[in-house]
Amino acid sequence: MSDERTLDLLEAKIAELRELDKLDGMDLAAEIQRLESKLEALRVERYAELSDWDRVQLARHAKRPTSLDLTPHLFTEIFELHGDRLAGDDPAMIAALAKLDQRTVVLIAHQKGRSTEENKARLFGMPRPQGYRKALRMMRMAERFRFPVISLIDTPGAYPGLESESLNIGGAIADCIETMMTLTVPSVAAVIGEGGSGGALAIAAADRVLMLDNAIYTVISPEGAAAVLWKDKGRTADAAKALCLTAPRLAELQLIDEIVPEPLGGAHKDVERTAAALREALQRHLDEQLALPDAERLEARFRRYRTVGRFHTLPDAS
Amino acid sequence: MPIFKERGYLRVNLDEQRDESLWMQCKSCGELVFRRRVRENNNICPSCGEYFFLTATERFESLIDDGSFEDISLPIIADDPLEFEDTKPYAKRIAEAQETTGLPGAIIIGSARINDRPVVMGVMDFRFIGGTMGAVMGEQICHGIEEAIRRRCPFVLVTSSGGARIQEGLFSLLQMVKTSAVRTRLAASRLPFVSIMTYPTTGGVQASIASLGDIILAEKGAMIGFAGRRVIRDTIAQELPSNYQTEAFALEHGLIDRIAAREALHEELATVLSYFNNSHE
Repeated sequence: MSDERTLDLLEAKIAELRELDKLDGMDLAAEIQRLESKLEALRVERYAELSDWDRVQLARHAKRPTSLDLTPHLFTEIFELHGDRLAGDDPAMIAALAKLDQRTVVLIAHQKGRSTEENKARLFGMPRPQGYRKALRMMRMAERFRFPVISLIDTPGAYPGLESESLNIGGAIADCIETMMTLTVPSVAAVIGEGGSGGALAIAAADRVLMLDNAIYTVISPEGAAAVLWKDKGRTADAAKALCLTAPRLAELQLIDEIVPEPLGGAHKDVERTAAALREALQRHLDEQLALPDAERLEARFRRYRTVGRFHTLPDAS
Repeated sequence: MPIFKERGYLRVNLDEQRDESLWMQCKSCGELVFRRRVRENNNICPSCGEYFFLTATERFESLIDDGSFEDISLPIIADDPLEFEDTKPYAKRIAEAQETTGLPGAIIIGSARINDRPVVMGVMDFRFIGGTMGAVMGEQICHGIEEAIRRRCPFVLVTSSGGARIQEGLFSLLQMVKTSAVRTRLAASRLPFVSIMTYPTTGGVQASIASLGDIILAEKGAMIGFAGRRVIRDTIAQELPSNYQTEAFALEHGLIDRIAAREALHEELATVLSYFNNSHE
């Protein structure tokens, strides 16, 4: 089976031929068409049956669209806001007022870097407590002005370490979750890449939870699970499978509401098309939530989370 | 006197599988100590003062009025929704934990009295798969909080947990939301929630229900924090000071209200509860 690099090379070759075709009027159309169908066939072969580990790699792909790559296509206008009013501004968690169609919404999103340089500043999308407190501040603003909350999830996890612990990262995550439970405005979350553990969950405890087809959402990274449970870092692919972290598996388990399709080969193959599908889904779910009376929506959200989890009830012998 | 009443289903009674040998060796100082003296000393080494783990039963005994305990845990045990298998099938891991601890799950919910004041209390048992929170623990905590609301009494939660139960995948992560959702109802009922963090209170438990206490107490020797040393080593390879995630670190940085020695925890809890009497009576 061809790997992604082969497909990329072929794609580049086709692009080259197109240029050539334009330049000296050589008739290469037949050749281009032949290669294009070859590429399509190879893609279908490569991506029709993705393993869970393949999807982990797609979710983390260096070219995968980040929140800021998608937002220009999701919103007609966007106005970014900064700072937690307490300890700083965390570029790994972005916050904004945005217009989804005509409606003002609060956007809270993880933001990975799109280059090594940017990743240094954004800490690979791992928010610190400042990021979660910025998110909290935005949730409160949403509540005050009755703006719906849209969140985009894309983080390996919260940023660990001494500074984070000193500023109570666990407490900040807990506060976000609790606050999302009390919002009287609707919330829709979409996992667009990596949904890593508590750091993802903090802004994902929404009325509706969507996932891009190749996104992952998990209690622990496959690497972490391999280290903790298998005591063998080589077992990441096995861990990925066991964790049931892909969108199709989580939909089967009824833990997410909808899978948003991606182009063959992953979201980075066509960012606009990916974003258009996501925008349509966000809009539709938000409209459904807005149509409900607040009390009904709050009760539905409570039931959704109050009933999550499966266990056996023992026969009571008494 | 035994504080546990007979129940029809899985009983919380550790007596039958306690080690019967008279002496034990302290893992900290290496001294051979008389087991009964350790028990009578709140499971603190009489030689060096090191704290030994308390089972859920022993923790209840150390915090509540004699004879006031009633096990009100739901009769539920773990399912295996992902059919998870690492080096061992999850179902087997559960069965073994039940066998060695005599407990149905990693938490017990009891109704009890503390200085004659009724409370509903949840106590985690670290011996049961590291006190990790899966669907059973999430459900039991919600049940405990709902019972506290029904009885109009405070809710107390003693945590000892490595975090989310990995083997239940996203189901376990979502228990953080589940418990937090029910916690908001306790707040709406104006009933106090006292969170008592013991060794260890980390990961998803610290990043949800444990940190949502109106009052947060920590037992001396508790480890408190979100990301453990392994995560830090594997992610950012940062050098960590020796006081990382200690209870003193947590107090210094404002994560918790107070620290109490094990023998003083009962009095500390009784005292703080006494301040909340006019809000719910």
